[in-house]
Amino acid sequence: MKTIDNTREFYDICTAGNLTYKQKLLHLAQAAENSIDPIERPKEADYFFEHGGIDYMCEGNAPYRPRYICPDYGKLLAQGSEFLRLEPATTLDDALWNLAMAYDNVPSVTSRPVYVGQLDRMLDPFLDGHSDEEVKSRLRRFLNYIDRTVASGYCHANIGPEETRAGRLLMEVEQALANAVPNFTLKYDPAVTPDGFARLAAKTTLACANPAFANDRIHRETYPGDYTVVSCYNVLPMGGGAYCLDRLLFPRLADMASSVDDFMGNILPSATGALLEYMNSRIKFLVEKSNFFETSFLAKEGLISRDRFCAMFGVAGMSEGVAKLLGLPDGRAYGTDDEANDLADRIMCQVYKQVLEFPAVYSEVSGNRFTLHAQAGFSDMPGVTPGVRIKVGDEPEVFYDHIRHSARMHRFFNAGVSDIFPVEPTAKSNPDAILDVVKGAFAVDDKYLSFYSSNGDLVRITGFLVKRSEMEKFARGEAVLADTSHDGEGNWRANDLVDRKVRL
Amino acid sequence: MSVHIPINNIIPFSLVDGPGARCSIFVQGCNIHCAYCHNPETQRLCVGCGTCVRACPAGALRMVCGAVEWNRDTCVKCDTCIHVCPNHSSPRILYLDAEQVFERVRSYMPFIRGVTCSGGECMLYPNFLSELFGLCRGVGLGCLIDSNGTVDFAEHQGLLALSDGVMLDLKCWDDTWFASLTGADGKVVRKNLEFLADQNKLAELRVIVTVNRNDPEAAVRGAAGALGERVASTRLRLMRFRHFGVRGEMEGAPSPTDERMDAIEGLAKSLGFGTVVVS
Repeated sequence: MKTIDNTREFYDICTAGNLTYKQKLLHLAQAAENSIDPIERPKEADYFFEHGGIDYMCEGNAPYRPRYICPDYGKLLAQGSEFLRLEPATTLDDALWNLAMAYDNVPSVTSRPVYVGQLDRMLDPFLDGHSDEEVKSRLRRFLNYIDRTVASGYCHANIGPEETRAGRLLMEVEQALANAVPNFTLKYDPAVTPDGFARLAAKTTLACANPAFANDRIHRETYPGDYTVVSCYNVLPMGGGAYCLDRLLFPRLADMASSVDDFMGNILPSATGALLEYMNSRIKFLVEKSNFFETSFLAKEGLISRDRFCAMFGVAGMSEGVAKLLGLPDGRAYGTDDEANDLADRIMCQVYKQVLEFPAVYSEVSGNRFTLHAQAGFSDMPGVTPGVRIKVGDEPEVFYDHIRHSARMHRFFNAGVSDIFPVEPTAKSNPDAILDVVKGAFAVDDKYLSFYSSNGDLVRITGFLVKRSEMEKFARGEAVLADTSHDGEGNWRANDLVDRKVRL
Repeated sequence: MSVHIPINNIIPFSLVDGPGARCSIFVQGCNIHCAYCHNPETQRLCVGCGTCVRACPAGALRMVCGAVEWNRDTCVKCDTCIHVCPNHSSPRILYLDAEQVFERVRSYMPFIRGVTCSGGECMLYPNFLSELFGLCRGVGLGCLIDSNGTVDFAEHQGLLALSDGVMLDLKCWDDTWFASLTGADGKVVRKNLEFLADQNKLAELRVIVTVNRNDPEAAVRGAAGALGERVASTRLRLMRFRHFGVRGEMEGAPSPTDERMDAIEGLAKSLGFGTVVVS
């Protein structure tokens, strides 16, 4: 097995001036993992890795836990846990404490949970006999606990589509806390979710950039059983998750091609094929070698099951990719140019077909196929607009044209695809306007939208949420609690996010 | 029979012109000229003086047979034409009929719940409004009129029947203030206030709050008195004067303080207005 000497990296981490103790520990763990290289892969994969045409999203060289884990926490509350020595929850306090103890034992690519549960449905049965204020004081502490301990903007909670008292109280508390962690997604179906509840969600999102809106009508058909929305809008099976998320980087692949035909006929199918093979190798290592499923109490106690995991095939940088392939001059761009949009559509049709023809190992829950995800970018990679989003600055003049474009591209992605829109603060006096737009978007099969107030401290980067004030602190060289502020700071600059077109 | 009317602008998405997401249509031409008008370029029709043609830095304007012609592809939307216009007009006007406007509106479905016609003063074009609203109703879109209230709505009951209501701008109660602010008197506006409330067509009553340029407290009191019991079902918007876009004597005039807005809001609530919105 190949080994890599990164002693220097260990030293730099140990002596870093802008990382907290916990962050150093996590960085050291990752550096240690990356000093071995056990995943077998075709030599084409090495070629595309070296040229930046594909990458593994900081997943580490030797996956010893799935990237995203989505436990059935409702089951934990109902049955307790033998491993954690917890009785079934019978009171609201039991439920909140049991969840808090479980979260500390749920790993992911970030080593912390990316999913903390369908909180409204799980907590609602425990509210009887408590006044709203009693519940809210507990929820405040509980949500602050998640924010301060998980401290990662990739952590996500779900509510909806049904209206519940717990859902209402969670949103009311969130408005006041304005925490960056966890993210909230409202699974929204206008046919199921009452307008009053959805209006509260719109108001809440204008106050604290949460929740985002997921098209429940479409997403609930994705997998057998229930689904979750986690991390940067990954749609995954409840009680399972994602082994990995690896991606094609269209701008780099476009650089390798001599023409559109060369790209479509040679580069794209080779890179897609190499990435598909590589993903199977990662999954095999994780399932067959790492002993994760044999050692995790989550699996032993049925909170997750191996056969509810799948893997996501990601793409990123469509905007820059087609611009390079077509040699687009100034004034023409993906998002508004028919030729660019049509080429993007052709590219995705081809990727979609190749991915769905490929047999994925250990992927029963997704029909033994990889799922498709429009990867929403991370860290400071300039020139790679997340997924299939329109590049900042190239947005169509009319907001509705932007949404129609999104919906057209969203149809290829079953495991998450999203857009982010800053909103004028004046929208606070008319949350129904937000709701009308979301309803219209979902009616044309858009899958996911999120908003934030253009003058607020909380901003959405690619999916995850950070506090502007924390990013500025990190940029000044200070240590900050949430390490997503690190990713946010680089991304904010690399993608000119401050210039996003204010849409509403 | 469709008439072509001057349209200043069609905004696909507005969140400040009525409930929910709406398409706003701004007609050109107004019958009064308020000192605090924040889009004074909508007040008058172009007289073809050519001042803007000479000033346009993009060469997007030219004189054709005595009229200014606007090339929207060359235009860089710098607003120089509006700023130099000595006539409170704009060369960027399109003459459209109701069907043409409706085609634009329909392209914004399913994202909007309705249209709001504003201006200028849209009640100068009641036939256009009736035709447009008929078309919009046919596809399930709501229809609101935003008006200065100087045209007597009692003479337009057919149009009112097609609309969800009127957002009425009550500038002041006293005619002296009204004349000083607008150049006209407010008799018809006060009549419309009661008439629309009686017809259950008063979607919103709006009072702009300025510093020493009107008497919003008196307007709120006057309206409450005239509305009587109907005040409880009336939605009142108290809008802070902002200098953006304003030209002439109130260019750069101050906005009222938060304390003043709070006090008027308190007054309106004490007078029993069902909903009071401050913006």
